[in-house]
Amino acid sequence: MNGQLHVQAQLRLGDFKLQVDTHWPLQGVTALFGRSGCGKTTLLRIISGLEKVKGAQVHFADQCWQSDKVWVPAEQRRVGLVFQEPSLLPHLSVTGNLLYGYKRTPPALRRLQIDAVVAMLGLETLLERGVAQLSGGQRQRVALGRALLSSPQLLLLDEPLAALDTQTKREIMPFLSKLAQQSGVPMVLITHAPDEVQRLADRVVFMHNGVITEVDGLQQAMARPDSPLFDDEGPSSVLEGELSLPDEHGMSQFGPEHSRLRVQASAAEEQTHIRLRVLARDVSVALDDPARISIQNHLKVVINQLHELPGNRLLLSTALRDGQTLLIEITPWSAQQLGLQPGQQVYALIKSVALIR
Amino acid sequence: MFGLGPADWQAIHVTLKLCFFTTVILLLIATPLAWWLSRGRSAWRVAVQAIVALPLVLPPTVLGFYLLVMLGPRGPVGSTLESIGLNHLAFSFEGILLASVLYSMPFAVQPLLESFNNLGRRPVEVAASLGAGVIDRFFTVVLPLCKGGFVVAATLSFAHTVGEFGIILMLGGSIPGETKVLSVLIYDHAEAMNYAAAHRLSLILLVFSFLVLFVVYGINRRFQVVKI
Repeated sequence: MNGQLHVQAQLRLGDFKLQVDTHWPLQGVTALFGRSGCGKTTLLRIISGLEKVKGAQVHFADQCWQSDKVWVPAEQRRVGLVFQEPSLLPHLSVTGNLLYGYKRTPPALRRLQIDAVVAMLGLETLLERGVAQLSGGQRQRVALGRALLSSPQLLLLDEPLAALDTQTKREIMPFLSKLAQQSGVPMVLITHAPDEVQRLADRVVFMHNGVITEVDGLQQAMARPDSPLFDDEGPSSVLEGELSLPDEHGMSQFGPEHSRLRVQASAAEEQTHIRLRVLARDVSVALDDPARISIQNHLKVVINQLHELPGNRLLLSTALRDGQTLLIEITPWSAQQLGLQPGQQVYALIKSVALIR
Repeated sequence: MFGLGPADWQAIHVTLKLCFFTTVILLLIATPLAWWLSRGRSAWRVAVQAIVALPLVLPPTVLGFYLLVMLGPRGPVGSTLESIGLNHLAFSFEGILLASVLYSMPFAVQPLLESFNNLGRRPVEVAASLGAGVIDRFFTVVLPLCKGGFVVAATLSFAHTVGEFGIILMLGGSIPGETKVLSVLIYDHAEAMNYAAAHRLSLILLVFSFLVLFVVYGINRRFQVVKI
């Protein structure tokens, strides 16, 4: 879908003030990232039409959902919602829940069919069950399926994983990435987990104290040395590219020619377009391409910038041949020894990568 | 049957008719009212909630007196009705029906309010996001999830109307076939020293009331309004 989502709203609730005037493209996954209580959920409620804030303006592509004269109620916006806590209708079975929105969608507007959604989310064995018999993760999958089956124009996910334990999160994450790539529905994902952003998002809307501070592509958002998207493991980069089929050693090739990575794709990944995460501290720098070394992944990169980090560390922001950013963490001393300068071409030695999508 | 005379049966008929219409009207009024009350905590809502609860604390004679003044031939409502060619409402079935509706209002609003509060906003919001309009949401989400509240509201309204006395006597008097309900008839029987007749009707009301409360409490326990 082309076009933009445009939201403008002002709201004061006690000490909290929301002041938003923003827009982002309706394509792929947009993460709404910020701490708890920064107004993410309120913004999402305004977009979905659950909250009618005076004076707010909401435009979805060429449709006006709210302005001074227009108010489109939630049920006519065709926005799918998945909440943090399970929100299945308890008096209906799994099938009843799945079909609730589907039945209310005019046949001409139905873009996703039941079988496809059931298969995408692995719901085959759950259909006849009552809602009370489902685990937390299963409930969220059904909620996702229910939202999808209403063929929404926009899917809003309000921290759908936050209430789940780590194990269940890991179990649902693949479904979410699949959804992000295959459903063709633009998504807004509210989260405060950097990991979810790195795996799922195409762009990030940073929100702080009721104000949107930045709207960035994922790569740009992660290129900043102080990016809030870095978790406890420190700075990292997300690389996107095509993955080849594994060779006889079980290794697959990733990325464009001349800047290829060899990665061990343990699971037989179906998709070829993938996302890798590289921790900056797992990358070293060499001035020449070292030949006799256990690290097999050597990429030619160009240094863009050197940033001092607290704790006597130095972050190199470098560009791969295809323009993607790779962050490298070294000590200032080694940078001095190698005489590293912006514009210089060096070899990035990558010790390990994680396949995140 | 039960040794009841025609006057008794007539009173039973009036009572049941009154209770039935009161319950139907109350459900129609109390449902949107309780829904509105459950949606927020503004000063307006608190005021309305207090007004709805007034019959719980006021002597029925106070309410009956005001209604008599308002609805009688010289009252603002009664005289308006007469000026457009209708009858005033004092000493009529319509009058005691109106009084019953007001008097039993808290018994319909409270259980509904409680079950709407328990329901929370989420199920309704979910239904809206899935394309269900207001009426659709009411019948497919609110009604099935709050059915316990509706059953309790209906039963209590019905039962409480059976037990009305003072307000009906004030506003309706004791006109056989029109405003003479069971409670008034029992009073009449007792006044006339006809204790046997008073006994029969009193026992019927006692057993009926017990059964109603038994059912209500049973339902209350069974239908814990499901919160999601």
